[in-house]
Amino acid sequence: MTALARTASGMPAITYNFAYLDEQTKRMIRRAILKAIAIPGYQVPFASREMPMPYGWGTGGVQVTAAILGANDVLKVIDQGSDDTTNAVAIRSFFETTAGVATTTRTRDATIIQTRHRIPEAPLRAGQVIVYQVPIPEPLRFLEPRETETRRLHALSDYGLMQVKLYEDIARHGHIATTYAYPVKVAGRYVMDPSPIPKFDNPKMDDSPALQLFGAGREKRIYAIPPYTRVVSLDFEDHPFAVQAFAEPCALCGAKGVYLDEVILDDKGGRMFVCSDTDHCATRQAEGHTGSMSAPYGEGQP
Amino acid sequence: MYVAVKGGEAAIRNAHALLAQRRRGDASVPEIGLDQITGQLSLAVDRVMAEGSLYDRELAALAIKQARGDLIEAIFLARAFRTTLPRFGASVPVDTGAMRVRRRISATFKDLPGGQVLGPTFDYTHRLLDERLATQAGDDADRTAAETTTSARPNVPPLPPAGEGWGGGTAPTPDASPAGEIPAPSLPSSDRTRLLPSSTPETEAGNIRLRSGRGFTGARVHTSGEAAEAPAGPMPRVTDLLGDEGLIEPAPADDGTPPRDLTREPLSFPADRPLRLQALARGDEGFLLALGYSTQRGYARTHPFVGEIRFGEVEVSLHAEELGFAVPLGEISVTECQSVNQFKGSATQPPQFTRGYGLVFGQLERKAMSMALVDRSLRFAELGEEKSAPAQDEEFVLSHCDNVQATGFVEHLKLPHYVDFQAELDLIRRMRAEHAAEAEAQAPDVAEAPHKEAAE
Amino acid sequence: MAALAPALSAGFADPVHDAQRAFAALMRAMAEPARLVPLASALAPPAPLSPEMAAAALALLDYETPVYLDATLAAVPDVAAFLRFHTGAPLVTDPAAARFALMGDGAGLPDFARFAQGEPDYPDRSATLIVQVARMDEQSEGALVLEGPGIKGRRTFSAAPLPADFGRRLAANRALYPLGIDLILCAPGLVAGLPRTLAPHTQD
Repeated sequence: MTALARTASGMPAITYNFAYLDEQTKRMIRRAILKAIAIPGYQVPFASREMPMPYGWGTGGVQVTAAILGANDVLKVIDQGSDDTTNAVAIRSFFETTAGVATTTRTRDATIIQTRHRIPEAPLRAGQVIVYQVPIPEPLRFLEPRETETRRLHALSDYGLMQVKLYEDIARHGHIATTYAYPVKVAGRYVMDPSPIPKFDNPKMDDSPALQLFGAGREKRIYAIPPYTRVVSLDFEDHPFAVQAFAEPCALCGAKGVYLDEVILDDKGGRMFVCSDTDHCATRQAEGHTGSMSAPYGEGQP
Repeated sequence: MYVAVKGGEAAIRNAHALLAQRRRGDASVPEIGLDQITGQLSLAVDRVMAEGSLYDRELAALAIKQARGDLIEAIFLARAFRTTLPRFGASVPVDTGAMRVRRRISATFKDLPGGQVLGPTFDYTHRLLDERLATQAGDDADRTAAETTTSARPNVPPLPPAGEGWGGGTAPTPDASPAGEIPAPSLPSSDRTRLLPSSTPETEAGNIRLRSGRGFTGARVHTSGEAAEAPAGPMPRVTDLLGDEGLIEPAPADDGTPPRDLTREPLSFPADRPLRLQALARGDEGFLLALGYSTQRGYARTHPFVGEIRFGEVEVSLHAEELGFAVPLGEISVTECQSVNQFKGSATQPPQFTRGYGLVFGQLERKAMSMALVDRSLRFAELGEEKSAPAQDEEFVLSHCDNVQATGFVEHLKLPHYVDFQAELDLIRRMRAEHAAEAEAQAPDVAEAPHKEAAE
Repeated sequence: MAALAPALSAGFADPVHDAQRAFAALMRAMAEPARLVPLASALAPPAPLSPEMAAAALALLDYETPVYLDATLAAVPDVAAFLRFHTGAPLVTDPAAARFALMGDGAGLPDFARFAQGEPDYPDRSATLIVQVARMDEQSEGALVLEGPGIKGRRTFSAAPLPADFGRRLAANRALYPLGIDLILCAPGLVAGLPRTLAPHTQD
C-alpha cells in the first residue's frame, strides 16, 4: 500500500508493500489461483491491476509471482530461456527492489521461476512453481475474436474449430503450421494456450512435478496446471504431434536435444546455433562440455 | 570462438541514464516547473487526469514532465501510481446540475435559462500561429487583449470573461456580480484530497461515481434555493428541460444496485451502461474520437445534437457513516456532454429523443462529445436498432479503448521473440525445401508460405 | 462499534508474511490434493474456530467474499465478530450466496448441492468449503483412494469426523466437473485440499 503522507514540497512520499501489490490485491489473485488449480486449464478471470510496467510485458506473470512470493523464496526470471535478456533483467530487479528476495539463475536452486516463451531444459522438480507470462490466454482467440463466443465453446467443450484449423494447415501446407503457442488439452477437459513457448517445450508440461501457473495481465486471466497432470498437444492420428529437432548440437556446450537460438555471425550466411537456455548451457560448460565454437570456460565471461 | 552477448543490466542502466539526460534537454535552459505545466499546459494535465483516472493536477504535471510530454506515457505513470492508493470510500454522485459553470453551450436552443456561456474555448479562434506567444512578450499582449484576466491562483482553470456569451444580444451572464468572478476553491494545494473511488462495489467513471439514474441526467431542475450554492445561478440541464415535456427518454431509474467497478473486477460481457461509461471515461481520446466520427459518417448513425456541453466545478462529497451525512471533500473540474439523438419510437414507446452521455475530468470537450456519441451507439440493442458498425460493438469498443493496455501490447512487439521466430524459421525452411523438391519432381506448383496472424 | 470488545483475539502478527505462508500451504494443498500439508498457525481464535481454519480465513477472506458459517460456528457470536473484524467479509445465511463456507462440524457437512456450483461459462464461481476435522492421515482403515490432477498415481486419504458417505459425495461432485465445489480440510497443524477434480475409488 502506498503511503499518502506528503513531503514538504506537497508531493507524496511513496513507499510500497512487500512485492508491490497491496494485500487485498494479493488475496484476490490468490483466490483466483486456487480456483485455477481446481479447474486445470480453465481461464479464471481476475481483476488484474495496473502495474508499473507495460501491459504485454509480463504484468500477468508479475502479479502471479507477487501474489505467491514469500520472503524465503528464491526467484529465477527468464525471457527467451535466458536470465540475461533485458526484460528478464528488468523483472528480476523489480522483485529484488520491491520484495528483497533472493534471486538465482540456476534452475535447480529456484523455488519460483517466472518465464516468457521457454521452459527450462533441466527438469523441474516437485515443490517448484513455474509462472508463465501470457499475452493472449485464449487458444481460440485467433479463430473467434469474441470472448462471449469462446467462453461458450469452452463450456460446451466444443473444440472442433481448433481441430479444423489445424487440419486445414495440414491440407494446405502438409504440416501443422503452428510452431509456438501450440494448443494443449489439460486433464482431458480444457483446451489451453501454453503461452508462446515453442512447441518443442510442450512435452515438458505433461506430468511435470512442478506447479505451473499462467498469468495474463492485460487480458485479466489466470490459469494453472497442477503437478502430475496430463497435458496433451492436439494432433491427428495421421499427423501425430512432433517437435522440432535441430541438426547440430549447441556450438558452445555440445548439448543435443535442447532448443537452440540461431545467431547470425556475418553477412555471408555464417551462423551458429547455441542453447536458448543460458543456465543449462553455462552449467554444461562448467562441467567441461564443449562445442564447436567454445571458448575455454571462464574466458570472455564478464 | 564465440562469446554470447551479456550485459542486459548495464545496458538498461545506461539507457535510463541517457533518457534522464534527454528529458532534461539543454541544461542552459531553465528546467520546466510543475506550476508552469499545470498553469500553461492545463489541457494536457486534464487529459492525463482523465485517462489516468486520477484527479491530481500536480501529479499529472509531474507525469507529463517525467514522460517528456508523451501523454500516453504520462497516463500510464498516473495509472500505475493510482493503483497502489488505498481507498477510503465512494463519493456521493456528483451533481452536474449544481455545477459552477465556466462554459455552457447548447446547440439545440438559441437561448435558454442560464444562457449560453462561451467561456475559455478555442472555438471561433482563428487558427493562426501567434508570434507574440513565441516570446515572453506574448504574455502581456494576451493580458491586454482580454478584458478580464484569470487570477493567479494555481490549479484553477481560467475564468470566463465577463458577459462573453451569445444569444441574440441578450447574452445572459453566468452571474450578475462584477466581472462574473466566480469564487475559486480556497483549498491550499497541499490539503487537496486526491480523489479516488472507494473499494467495490462502488463504481467510477474516471473516479466519479456514476449511478444509473442520477449523474446521467436524472436530477430535477434546481430551485433557486438549491442553486444558491452555484454562483452561476440556475442553469438547468437541457435534457432536464426536454424531460419536463416528455420529449426525451427519462434517465434510467436508480434501482440502488451498486454499479460494478471496472478497476476492481475483470470486464465481462455483456457490460451494463455504468460499466461502459466507466470504460469510456478513461478510454483513449483519439480512439473514441475516431469511433464517434465514424458514427457521424454513417457507421451506425444516430442523428445526434449536442443538447449541452458544460464545463466547470462540481463538489465532491463523501457520505460519512458515523456522521450520517455527506461531507464535502472539495471540487473538481469536469466537462459533461449530453447528446440528444433521434429515436423513431417502437411498439411500446412513442417517438422521443434519446440520450448519449459523456463526462470527463477537466476541460476535454472533444473527449466528452466523442464519449456521448459512442455511449449512444452502444445502446443500440435496448433501443431496438440494427447492429451494423464497430461503434456499436461493445466487445470491440471496450476491449480496445484503453490506451495503456493498447500501447503496452503494441509496444511489446519490441521485446525479443527469437525463440518463436526460430520455430517459424525452421518451419519455413522445411516447407521451402519440400516445395523445391516437389517442383523438381513435377510441374511447378505455387504454394503459399504459411500465414501467421501476429507475433505474440 | 461496541462489538469491538477488548477481548477480541489478535489477527496475524505479521499480516504480510503470515498471510503469504498460510496461502503457500493452501496452494500446495490444492495443487497436490489429499496430501497432508503442514500449516503452523500462531492464531488463538475464539473456539470452536481452529487456529488452522482461522489462518486460512484470514489469508483468503475480505470484503469481496461472502462467507457462510455452519451452525457450530454460527452458534458462537465471537467467531463471527473475529472474522468480521479481521477480514471484513460479509456473513451470509444463504449457503448458495457464499464464496467460502466455514464448517466447524465435519460430520454434519450439509449437501454440497446447497452451495454455489459455478456456471458452465464460469465454473470458478463456485464455493470453497473449509472444513475442520479432528485428524487426517494417509493410511487409516477405510481410507479413500483418490486420483486426479496433482496426484502421481493414487493417494490414500482419511480424515475424521466426516459423513459416512463422504466418498460418495466426492464422486458425485466429480461427476459435475468442471462445475462443483472445492474442499479444504483443516486438522491440527495440517491442511489438505480436495478439489473437484478428485475421483475417489472405493477400496477393494
